[in-house]
Amino acid sequence: MAAHNLKHALFCAIITIIIAYPILGLNLVAQGTSVALEGATTATVINVFLAAVAVFLFQLFRDSIMGVFGKVPNLNPMAKRGPISQERRLLMERVFFVAIILLALVWPFIVSRGAVDLATLVLIYIMLALGLNVVVGLAGLLDLGYVAFYAVGAYTFALLSQYFGISFWLALPIGALLAALFGFVLGFPVLRLRGDYLAIVTLGFGEIIRILLNNWTTLTGGPNGIGGIPDPTLFGMEFGRRVKEEGNVSFHETFGIAYSGEHKVIFLYLIALVLAVFTLLVIRRFMRMPVGRAWEALREDEIAARSLGMSRTAVKLSAFTIGAFFAGFAGTVFASKQGFISPESFVFLESAIILAIVVLGGMGSQVGVILAAIAVTILPELAREFSEYRMLIFGAAMVLMMVWRPQGLLPMRRIQIELKEQG
Amino acid sequence: MLVLENVHTHYGKIEALHGVSVEVKKGEIVSLIGANGAGKTTLLMTVCGSPQASSGRVILEGRDITNEPTSQIMRSGISIVPEGRRVFSGLTVEENLHMGGFFNTKAEIRKSQDHVYDLFPRLKEREHQRAGTMSGGEQQMLAIGRALMSKPRMIILDEPSLGLAPIVIQQIFEIIGQLREEGITVFLVEQNAHQALNLADRGYVLETGRIRLHDTGKNLLANPDVRNAYLGG
Repeated sequence: MAAHNLKHALFCAIITIIIAYPILGLNLVAQGTSVALEGATTATVINVFLAAVAVFLFQLFRDSIMGVFGKVPNLNPMAKRGPISQERRLLMERVFFVAIILLALVWPFIVSRGAVDLATLVLIYIMLALGLNVVVGLAGLLDLGYVAFYAVGAYTFALLSQYFGISFWLALPIGALLAALFGFVLGFPVLRLRGDYLAIVTLGFGEIIRILLNNWTTLTGGPNGIGGIPDPTLFGMEFGRRVKEEGNVSFHETFGIAYSGEHKVIFLYLIALVLAVFTLLVIRRFMRMPVGRAWEALREDEIAARSLGMSRTAVKLSAFTIGAFFAGFAGTVFASKQGFISPESFVFLESAIILAIVVLGGMGSQVGVILAAIAVTILPELAREFSEYRMLIFGAAMVLMMVWRPQGLLPMRRIQIELKEQG
Repeated sequence: MLVLENVHTHYGKIEALHGVSVEVKKGEIVSLIGANGAGKTTLLMTVCGSPQASSGRVILEGRDITNEPTSQIMRSGISIVPEGRRVFSGLTVEENLHMGGFFNTKAEIRKSQDHVYDLFPRLKEREHQRAGTMSGGEQQMLAIGRALMSKPRMIILDEPSLGLAPIVIQQIFEIIGQLREEGITVFLVEQNAHQALNLADRGYVLETGRIRLHDTGKNLLANPDVRNAYLGG
């Protein structure tokens, strides 16, 4: 029974040794100025071999082990239910959004400062993922350089505040519009490209922006980044202990409460929340408008969409521009939250993570993307105790996800638009 | 209605059409037949502006559309049923039809939708079914119905019989005949020469990028060269 698996099992065991031994078994140890390679302890070596044996046995008896799993009754009680009606689904979605927004509103007042800070980051990722969802999920254009627009938004705010002293509220629309402009400009060369080629060009664009920021030291400060980015103000009220800019007053003095560093964190969080909700609603609106249906039509079948008179140029450019706009939004908030930005925050890994959120959530599905953004941002934080195995766990989670639910957490269900009977 | 004057079309450096002239008059059914690779689809795509003709002129209802973008051409009273049907398989029949009337008002869509359902009662039965789950013939009906949604004055069909059973082909051709009665001009591209020429007022035979023959449908059917080359002797 297991004989036909023997070759495969041996192969897997050898691969396990090849991968695990150098990683776990060999250590680089600093000896004075030089570095020496040191073998592992016997215990580690034994562990590696035990792991290989475990892999071997599992692969050898894979069929029977998986067969046992198959016999376990389905744990998910929802698995066998029929499809739910559109009205019900829309209602459920609405309830979900309202519930999560309400939870988000009380969140900063019940948890620690660190948790609020993390939640702000989650909201930034939600904005980014919702924006990328337009490009990848709806219009079907694989964009691997999305982080570039995020960088444009962040640097716009940082540079404007550094050189012209422009405040957060003014920089927010400027950053978003500038990012949208970049999206529009990138849209032109990639109009004719599809699939892999599109991915490569957008990847290149993302790197160009990062390298430009890194090397244009006179303007951007290069790898040193830009610091001292001001915090947002609330109608001219600052959240610092002392007022930095003339004419402003401080928040705690105005309201006669004791100064607390938490005010600023909570305020930033609330701004991010408002913007994330804004992003959600605007894109939701777009999805139901003709342009949203045109994105999907172009994704499903470009030739058919064009044969119906849709302009490929207009549809693709609108997707790129709108996606980039919200990345610019997120970038501005990010710059304000960090107070310091450098090109290091806008590496390819960021693009990959945002894309992973969209794919994990289920392409095109807003609820799914929000859940995935929360999961992907919080999981590595929870797994901080495993430190170096963090990315390993992250990777394993992604692989398992793709095996079990390739369509994403909550795949997109389109909204059917019905014509009203003419009365 | 539609006139092609000495049209040359290139794919990069390769010339696919070497000076083709075709005319489709208002209210006619014109068939274009030819072997694989003769340039039939290229000719249709040139009419649609993708690729555009490198020389010569394409005139639609007296307007020179040679250099107009595809999106504009497709919105000026002409509709194409692309080769291989290309319905939106994830959408329901009704939604597919609505996509066809993308640039029309809701009232117009409702009217054309009823009209399409009159023409294809089968589609009405399948109104809420996903297009991808239907048979090839039904999908072809849907593709034609979708093209009719924009209320075209002229419809171009690219191999509507492709991959369909003979009885279904018969139905499709009957519907094409019906379209003419409604006053829609039909430009039909087919490999299925016998039926295409039988139905057509006039026919063109395209061979390696050139028009070889041009006559009425009946005459072409009787033509020994055509019989030998396209009708199996």
